[in-house]
Amino acid sequence: MTVAAISVANDERVALEVNGARVAVHAELSTTLLTALRDELRLTAAKRGCNQGVCGACTVSIDGEPMRACLSLAHGCAGRDVRTLEGLVDEPRMQALQRAFAAGGALQCGFCTPGMLVAAHALLGRDADPDEAAVRAALSGNLCRCTGYAKIVAAVRAAAHSLGGRA
Amino acid sequence: MALAGMLWPRTVDEATAWLAEDPEARPISGGATLVAMMNARVIEPHCLVNLARIDELRGIRVLDDGRVRIGAFTRHRETAECLALTSTAAVVPRAAAQIANATVRNMGTIGGSISFADPGLDYPPAIVAAGAEIEIAAASGRRSVAAKDFFVDWYTTALAPGEIVTAVIVPRPAAGGAAYEKHARVAGDYATAAAAVCIDAGGRVRAVIGACGPTPIADDTADAVLSSDRSDAAVARAGALLEARADPLDDVRGSAEYRRLLIPRLLLRAVRRAEADARGAS
Repeated sequence: MTVAAISVANDERVALEVNGARVAVHAELSTTLLTALRDELRLTAAKRGCNQGVCGACTVSIDGEPMRACLSLAHGCAGRDVRTLEGLVDEPRMQALQRAFAAGGALQCGFCTPGMLVAAHALLGRDADPDEAAVRAALSGNLCRCTGYAKIVAAVRAAAHSLGGRA
Repeated sequence: MALAGMLWPRTVDEATAWLAEDPEARPISGGATLVAMMNARVIEPHCLVNLARIDELRGIRVLDDGRVRIGAFTRHRETAECLALTSTAAVVPRAAAQIANATVRNMGTIGGSISFADPGLDYPPAIVAAGAEIEIAAASGRRSVAAKDFFVDWYTTALAPGEIVTAVIVPRPAAGGAAYEKHARVAGDYATAAAAVCIDAGGRVRAVIGACGPTPIADDTADAVLSSDRSDAAVARAGALLEARADPLDDVRGSAEYRRLLIPRLLLRAVRRAEADARGAS
């Protein structure tokens, strides 16, 4: 066992797979995935809100599950399938959610919306017709300071219905 | 000091060898706590030993003797959904299901959680009530300690420098029931107070209070009371015994006085729910 064999020195590039493309990103070891996405790759849908894993504005999909980009080290994401909102907008499920959010007034300032959409997208992937409690549970880690949540919950359910409960 | 190195051991022996060699190195598991602390510059480790690629730490399996081994790197979501942790052992997944929110449960691990030992965490009272053992590794060898002895003080565990948690071993599930009752300001917050209760088919009860002192609170006399009599008055007596052992803080989640008031109330709720669970009614 040698240091060189299994360690990563600082200031290296990390090979990430983001939205289906392989990219080499400059990232210090302490750089979070969120910083790499926003400041290096200019993918700014994921927002830096609390940077503590509380607000959910930075939610992205990693290996198909919603996770906090702000709590993920970029170097820890090598070899994992990272999808930001930008990489999900061509999917019918995401388009249905976006239409329902817009039609239902489910956003005001919009800061939390990308995280809400990524979390809701994951929910509809495993539950095609979630009831209100299931939507609230799935989005309980995403804070919104404008809407009071009612229209967000309604929009997610409307999106599911627009897909015929076959999301 | 900037983070200067990250190590990716493939085995527990490699991980503990690195931690022994560099006392300043810090192990990182799911990152849900450590990266948040790094972002806030509460800690600035110069080297991280990343436990993500160690097979031994992953997954849940039933051992030959019926005990259930939860690998330290097991995410909260996996523990919450585990079908092997039934009856009395179900207190563990019920606590796991109430940690933070669905997104964080995809990231955080049981080993990382209990090693941090925030008193408001959901796992500590649950694994103490379940009678779990904590499996620990260091370069010098392996040992295990009872969960009740693992939590030592505020944010302090029985882990010595260079040691890591490798697994939480839950006793073979016994016929009976369990409940985890948490009171928090909002969904996803740390507990203001919590009660974990296991009742086996013989009526023996183990009750543990969380978030009301530096470590989970249990009391043998309270358990004896609850094992022989679970009338409202008896549960109140047991609650008073547990409350007498509490050493709660005033903080943003509630005053010490408020936490003391919560203890008997959450205990009663947990006892009733565990009884219903044991009857198969929940």
